[in-house]
Amino acid sequence: MAYKQTPSQTIGPFFAYGLTAEQYGYAFNQIATADLLAGVPDMDGERIKIVGRVLDGNGAAVSDAMIEIWQADGQGRYRHPADDRIANSGFRGFGRVGTGTDDQARFVFDTIKPASVDGVQAPHITICIFARGLLNHLFTRIYFDDEVNANASDPVLAAVPDDRRHTLLARRGEDVSGIHYTFDIALQGENETVFLDI
Amino acid sequence: MTDTLKPRDWEAHPPHRHPDYRSTALRGPTKPMIPVPSSLSELTGPVYGHEVVGELDADLTRNGASNGEPLGERIIVAGRVLDEDGRPQRNTLIELWQANAAGRYIDHGDSHDAPIDPNFFGGGRCVTDDEGRYRFITVKPGAYPWGNHTNGWRPNHIHFSLFGPSFTTRLITQMYFPGDPLLDLDPIYLGTPEAARERLVGKFSLDVTEENYALGYAFDIVLRGRNETPMES
Ligand SMILES: [Fe+2]
Repeated sequence: MAYKQTPSQTIGPFFAYGLTAEQYGYAFNQIATADLLAGVPDMDGERIKIVGRVLDGNGAAVSDAMIEIWQADGQGRYRHPADDRIANSGFRGFGRVGTGTDDQARFVFDTIKPASVDGVQAPHITICIFARGLLNHLFTRIYFDDEVNANASDPVLAAVPDDRRHTLLARRGEDVSGIHYTFDIALQGENETVFLDI
Repeated sequence: MTDTLKPRDWEAHPPHRHPDYRSTALRGPTKPMIPVPSSLSELTGPVYGHEVVGELDADLTRNGASNGEPLGERIIVAGRVLDEDGRPQRNTLIELWQANAAGRYIDHGDSHDAPIDPNFFGGGRCVTDDEGRYRFITVKPGAYPWGNHTNGWRPNHIHFSLFGPSFTTRLITQMYFPGDPLLDLDPIYLGTPEAARERLVGKFSLDVTEENYALGYAFDIVLRGRNETPMES
């Protein structure tokens, strides 16, 4: 018997108390937060923030999106049974945040910069976007604009048209709070982010 | 081992933009997605199990109770999480959220003029067992109006969020109820390809129903599968 995939449906506007309850101040816990370093203070790798917004077709920031990220550790290892290397000191590599509690509708993750997973792919973070008005969640990858050489030989970036590749590059910056990478996601428009069918 | 994921089935999932669901107009991407072959990044994902599930999390009639039981029709929703080859998806986390029996979410953003139930929160979670089974106790959520179109009402539904074995098997969906007259009027349900819509409707089940306690609905969920390549010897 063939089993067919259950269709995706939108997350809708009212996910916060169920999926990101603590962030939004509801009396329920949540499985993951925007702080991937919580409870794992002695990580290898560079501490960074990933900061961005989700922009709609008018360029307005979406304040009812949920963002999840999945990444390898500072040595390029995933904490998962399919990766037989031992991941770093409890680093889980998963983060979740809603865009509804920041006054600019930003998402801000505290994490470490991942290393290359296999020596072939450039360092990257998989990011997933859910929102009212999105009937399917959207996957893409965050690459780092200072990894010029690694990015130049990355097979996924190579599959992206030249004129759209910049949409996958997070821009490095530094201020008093440390190193941050800015990664805005355009759902539509001239600079629509490249979304990956993974 | 070089497993590859079976692709997302675009004959099952909705298009990114469905004009009758107005919020998609400015949010649904317009350019084709770029296919990427599976690497370790796609074959791995967050692993959450029993350690994140509290004792009452699968019983929404109790996990938000303050001084009694929630009002409404108590129901049981149960089923299996499988992949496309019918393999049970074991130990996978399900999170759910829903409106109360009056059609009101506890969410601060819900302005529908229907009562909040002091004994109902509406969020829960559980983990599938070795056969991929899950089971929630809750109350049947009410229909509620939404601003999408004139006199538009969402059918009764429960929101489900699942992980499966990798990040790419992630799924957020909604379970609807059989015989609901609002289904044929709902732009979100109707935005789903016709051949796949019925998979979103739970089935009334006397097997799940418990005598003198609650009606039962069966709702199986199928996540994308994977092609396993045997190890070369
Ligand atoms: Fe809903």
